[in-house]
Amino acid sequence: MTRKNLAKDFGFFLIVALIVIVSVFPFYYAIITSFKTGTSLFEVDYFPTSLDLANYIEVLSSQNFVRSIFNSVLIASVTVAFAMFLAVTASYALARVRFRGRSTLLLTILGVSMFPQIAVLAGLFELIRFMGVFNTPWAMILSYTIFTLPFTVWVLTTFMRDLPMEIEEAAIVDGAKPWQIIAFVFLPLLWPALVTTGLLAFISAWNEFLFALTFTASDTQRTVPVAIAMLSGSSEFETPWGVIMAASVVVTVPLILLVLLFQRKIVAGLTAGGVKG
Amino acid sequence: MTARDSLSPGLSLSKRRARSAMWFLTPMLAALFFVAAWPLLRTIYFSFTDTTLTNLYTGKWVGFDNYLSFRQLSSGRVIWRGTLADMSWWNAVWNTVRFTALSVSIEAVLGIGVALVLHKEFVGRGLVRAAILIPWAIPTIVSARMWGWMLNDQFGIINDILLNVGLISAPIAWTASTETAMTAVLIVDVWKTTPFMALLCLAGLQMIPKDIYEAAKIDGVHPLKVFFKITLPLMRPALMVAIIFRALDALRVFDLVYVLTPNSKATKTMSVIARENLIDFDKFSYGAAQSTLLFAIIAVFVAAYVWIGRVDLGGGSK
Repeated sequence: MTRKNLAKDFGFFLIVALIVIVSVFPFYYAIITSFKTGTSLFEVDYFPTSLDLANYIEVLSSQNFVRSIFNSVLIASVTVAFAMFLAVTASYALARVRFRGRSTLLLTILGVSMFPQIAVLAGLFELIRFMGVFNTPWAMILSYTIFTLPFTVWVLTTFMRDLPMEIEEAAIVDGAKPWQIIAFVFLPLLWPALVTTGLLAFISAWNEFLFALTFTASDTQRTVPVAIAMLSGSSEFETPWGVIMAASVVVTVPLILLVLLFQRKIVAGLTAGGVKG
Repeated sequence: MTARDSLSPGLSLSKRRARSAMWFLTPMLAALFFVAAWPLLRTIYFSFTDTTLTNLYTGKWVGFDNYLSFRQLSSGRVIWRGTLADMSWWNAVWNTVRFTALSVSIEAVLGIGVALVLHKEFVGRGLVRAAILIPWAIPTIVSARMWGWMLNDQFGIINDILLNVGLISAPIAWTASTETAMTAVLIVDVWKTTPFMALLCLAGLQMIPKDIYEAAKIDGVHPLKVFFKITLPLMRPALMVAIIFRALDALRVFDLVYVLTPNSKATKTMSVIARENLIDFDKFSYGAAQSTLLFAIIAVFVAAYVWIGRVDLGGGSK
């Protein structure tokens, strides 16, 4: 009996180890590669062999790359702030007020978040050209709203719906206006949900590629994903893998730290959209 | 006259609330109309014109020509034109469907597996959950490049591992060869998105009451039977929602394919080919027709899935 249990435990341990290794190894390997230069790049090593910072120096001294990090931070922050601003009031109405067509409206909003981005690309291209914001951060801020806004509204609505009726009643009896109820009753309670949705929306804006690729034309206007996708050598055989890996590590480490720091909140936010919704 | 009546005479409290709700919703709906509905309508409109990228406003109405049209030559031969007669479009459709079906089913199976592991109590469970969040946190473009390096034909570590283990006898050009390009894309996609699937499944598992399992244990039901008769049916709602989210992502896949296997006929998806025509080849209206078709396909898919699977997407909103 104990021997059987031991074998079972060992098997379980192996599975757990496999899950962890498969999850972590590619990033670990990118870090190892980022510290290699010259011919050592072309030797496969499973453990760190060198600690050469040359790739990092090259990446961080490249003006365009640093600029693209700045662009991405600006675009993602403004997009998220804008989406939050519109979503808080809207989800109060969707979660707490009964009116006709509410579920249809919710389903429509969910539908928009599932839009294939390519379906609006042609129309957005025209709109962005028309507004004269092509090749500026505003092109991305505008277009990212298509996925950050529905997502934020959806998650905040599910969150607000679960709050008990009583918290509002006192305020209503006191004659508080709806915007006062939002500002003084709900907003303080919403902070945890706002942090979660804000973070998730920020990550999806940070990672977006199709719009950023299409609506920018010059190297100074690129966002991080486009900048990394476009890193290439003078020929196919000269792909600067060390530099690419260093750039990848630079933009991914803050993201991973954020995700690990807010682990519980993120898991809660991810599943709120799915399971409860 | 009471205080309440003086605020807005003749309206009940709930009517008043409904009216202010309308005001709260308007900015959000206006924004969504502006960035989603309007561009979509314009894309559909463009698909019926001969608009070009450089001249967005001079396009003429051409009916269904971008979709399908035919012309009879004097010799009597009929020439078909348009997306629906374009082999490269059907190739992209096939690639997308194949990619979606394979990636989502592999991810569902692995996701359930990982969720079952994480549902058990063991030392270091928090660390494992943190570890599986890493692939999810890494931007798709970064994972495409990381794996592009690992799958490199000459210097890639994947070939090195497989050669050392003896599974292959010669290095494989994973991303470049037409036979393996799709496998390469699938590997990266599964690696990147299984965590999402696993977390949603885990949330579904955690909602199953524990006493059902205790009852099954007392009755001595075989674990496999417990899984198929209790666990799977009870986590089905969560799984169905996870699958549709993933399937919709897979149907519109662009970035991973574009960066990992550029210009490979074996992986080009509908989104990739539509953007190529829209922007790179200056066949703007032709690309718009392909975008419209992709939208239609996804809409039909969602409707069918919700209807057949009876998925409650708006659950609790009644």
